[in-house]
Amino acid sequence: MSARRIQDSGAPLAFTFDGRAYEGREGDTLASALLANGVRVVGRSFKYHRPRGIHGAWSEEPNAILDVTVDGKTWPNVRATTQRLEAGMDLRSVNARPTAEGDRLGLLDRLSPFLPTGFYYKTFLWPDWHRFEPRIRAMAGLGRLDPAHEPPADSPAMNARCDVLVVGSGRSGLLAARDAARAGSNVILVDDRFKPGGTMLYREPDGAERAAALVAEVEQAGGRILPQTTAYGIYDHNLVCCWERRDGAPDRHWRIRPKRIVLATGAIERPLVFADNDRPGVMSAEAALYYLRRHGVLVGERIVLAVNNSRALGLADALREAGAAVTVADLREGASVDAVHGAKGVEAVTISGRRIEADCLLASGGYTPTVHLFCQAKGKLRYDEAIAAFVPGAPVDGISLAGAAAGDFGDYAIAPAWPNPGAKGRQWIDFQNDVTLKDVELAARENFRSVEHLKRYTTLGMATDQGKTSNMNGLAAMAAVTGRTIQQTGTTTYRPPFVPVPFTVVAGRRRGQLFNPVRRLALETQHRAAGGVFREYGGWLRPAFYGGGEADDEIRREARQARETVAIFDGSPLGKIEVFGPQAGAIVDYNSYNTISNLKPGRIRYGFMLTEGGVIYDDGVTVKLADDHYVVSCSSGHVAGVVARLEEWRQDRFDPAAVFVHNLTAHWATLTATGPRAKALVAALSLGVDLDDAALPHMATAQGSFEGGAARVARVSFTGDRSYEISVPASKAPALWAAMNEAGRTLDAVLMGSEALLLLRAEKGFIIAGKDTDGTSMPHDLGITGPRDKRLGEYVGKRSLFTENALRDDRQQFVGLAVADGGPALPTGAHVLDETGGKRRSAGYVTSSYESPAVSGPIALGLVERGMSRIGEEVSLFHLGKARRAVIAQPCFFDREGSRIDA
Amino acid sequence: MQLFSCPFCGERDETEFTFCAEAGKTRPEPAAEVSADAWARYLYFDHNPKGATREVWLHATCGEFFLMERDTLSHAVSGSHSLRRPEA
Repeated sequence: MSARRIQDSGAPLAFTFDGRAYEGREGDTLASALLANGVRVVGRSFKYHRPRGIHGAWSEEPNAILDVTVDGKTWPNVRATTQRLEAGMDLRSVNARPTAEGDRLGLLDRLSPFLPTGFYYKTFLWPDWHRFEPRIRAMAGLGRLDPAHEPPADSPAMNARCDVLVVGSGRSGLLAARDAARAGSNVILVDDRFKPGGTMLYREPDGAERAAALVAEVEQAGGRILPQTTAYGIYDHNLVCCWERRDGAPDRHWRIRPKRIVLATGAIERPLVFADNDRPGVMSAEAALYYLRRHGVLVGERIVLAVNNSRALGLADALREAGAAVTVADLREGASVDAVHGAKGVEAVTISGRRIEADCLLASGGYTPTVHLFCQAKGKLRYDEAIAAFVPGAPVDGISLAGAAAGDFGDYAIAPAWPNPGAKGRQWIDFQNDVTLKDVELAARENFRSVEHLKRYTTLGMATDQGKTSNMNGLAAMAAVTGRTIQQTGTTTYRPPFVPVPFTVVAGRRRGQLFNPVRRLALETQHRAAGGVFREYGGWLRPAFYGGGEADDEIRREARQARETVAIFDGSPLGKIEVFGPQAGAIVDYNSYNTISNLKPGRIRYGFMLTEGGVIYDDGVTVKLADDHYVVSCSSGHVAGVVARLEEWRQDRFDPAAVFVHNLTAHWATLTATGPRAKALVAALSLGVDLDDAALPHMATAQGSFEGGAARVARVSFTGDRSYEISVPASKAPALWAAMNEAGRTLDAVLMGSEALLLLRAEKGFIIAGKDTDGTSMPHDLGITGPRDKRLGEYVGKRSLFTENALRDDRQQFVGLAVADGGPALPTGAHVLDETGGKRRSAGYVTSSYESPAVSGPIALGLVERGMSRIGEEVSLFHLGKARRAVIAQPCFFDREGSRIDA
Repeated sequence: MQLFSCPFCGERDETEFTFCAEAGKTRPEPAAEVSADAWARYLYFDHNPKGATREVWLHATCGEFFLMERDTLSHAVSGSHSLRRPEA
């Protein structure tokens, strides 16, 4: 092919393709620039590595997929026909090594008789597909991803509503937009090309001027036009998602909710199906006209124009005017394309038995209305014999079609030229995925006759072009092979997106912190200044430990000192859900496994919250401040869930006017002092609270004040040692932190992170719901049977505690596990084995495991079948190939008598 | 992306809503008198109809539980109603 630029305009732009330097013009697409430089082979086909050239002019292009490097960043799989050329671009062909012209795997094409559809599935079955998969995968695939290039999260997300959304800015779209805007509607017009006007720009004399005039009319009437914007999907309730490319600014993602949608999306030309119809230089006729009129590029000197319709026939004059010799083969008059000569470019074409020297073969098999969006909106199609294409059938609410998309081709005559089953030679149907007519015939023989099965078996239409040029020929071939009509054969399901849309555009700025924001403590700055090392716990960023040493050393140091003196711990994320009103007691009782409302005001009770399935959902304490005021202090990670369940019952079961649920977790900051010197530390704070154990015993609360604001002091212990939780408004947290540190100085206080706290609670056998319990654990599996046996009245999950499953005697129960083999701490997750009957199976597992400074040795907690009745029994454990021994024990390893709580 | 209608806030994207239950499901009580079958039906069984359905949804943004009538096949929303009892 000797394509060349015949009309020179625009500034020159230097670029390279497969390592060779070329020059394009400003305004070029990658495709027009390559054509203008006479480049014929731009890539290799997916399966057979056949040389391929540019076929189309826009998003329907199946062949010209390139890796583009610009400014040191590589963008894989860019469609050459839709990407504008920029200075300095380095273009690389895909699926070709080293170049598209001289691809080493080109010999695969000679093996094609041995590579039919389903070859890989059928051949590499024994012994196992996975043995072959890596090498086959290495041969497959298109572009190369540069792992070092992480595109920025800079795509803005736009939301819009309008009365009328018009998709496509050809004549029909512009007129629809203008008329709607003039009638007073709020109109948005989107179009995916660089400039509005559609085919007017290259098919009509003075089309550019007329399009510009219509654009002005739309805008004068108040319509908004978004060029370079692809409406790629219609979703439920007619939400239209669009991808906007902008010059010199990041792409934008639009979610548009129109009251009415007008689809003026035009039509796509189909290829003709004949032997070797995939050769470089065989092109879409419509594309040739586009390149000539929009880019001044003539696709060949000696052109054969093979057509079956009047629309493409009209091109001959335009090409002759531009200086090409054109031979027309009108299939409607009996002409046939018998052969294409030349492997890497058309050298000659045999038409009706006559060899014609040519450098380009333009083939048009007719036009197919672009109905993708209509079908995504569940629109059904009807086959129209007059234009040999599927057109929109019964209307869809809120969606209308205009122009070629509606099947309105104007003055148009066509004689169908569908694939001819049994024809000789390799006749391509899907260029991008290398599906030939023979593959369709094979699929039919193997009974994959539905178009959906055909698609999945042969991959026809599954490439990145989504079969824009191939689907009609594919289903027509299947219709012919199976003796059905095209209407009976039907189409595959159309799904978004219409074109590949970058994930960066869909994700927009929702990445990293903006995708999943971490919650931060009011005292984060102070913790960092104190050497805090942060980790995420249930969505909160919290200090895991303090200090610059080895994590395990620092954690054990904090844990040891907390037992000896006093530790200061930031417990702010702890739930503080306040429940008010006359029915407050009733709702907290219903929420809890344990009755709460019979507490005296100022007292606190520990208990479980169950799911309706009877499983432990969370544990925590509930504070009774007054008969009509409670605070549910659930675990940090469950706050949102507990609020949700309380709110659901408030509205569903209780009187919403008589109880109110208010989540004040972030309002209060909570600092805990725990350890033998905790009382001394709190006393130094002068909170105005009587700290005498008679006035403020364990599991009681008192109101004090701190720096002129409220302070709640609660004696609750997660360590087993004397502890005070002091809650103040978050704004007072820095002052309280400073005061506690100051008071702690003479008491040899230690700052304690989350890890040491987890260790201290494990020494005491205190559970963490969801860690030491799982989706089967019920309160009686932890030995807490009081409410189940005695409590009257309803509570969440009650009935489930008495099911056949709940009453089984082989349930996994919560126990301690003491290491019996002299080894280190057991691995968390290690399985407790049941070896009765000579078979090994898991009878439970380790849920928590630590080296404990307090008992100077390893401790572990676990769930074990019948565990509570097997205390003292030695068991085998197994983890990642290693066996261990342990003795089932009480879960509490430290201070079993609980004397330290008041020490 | 469906558009649901909260009786208090109007039309909003479906991402603001959470499905809660099929309408008309009542919790069988008292526990001691509820058969295992009845309890299992309450916990695990739904009609999941193809077509018209009445469901309780939560509009998480405003926190209100309400009744929605919609069609599971066409996704048409035909009504949404407050579940608030009339004020005494």
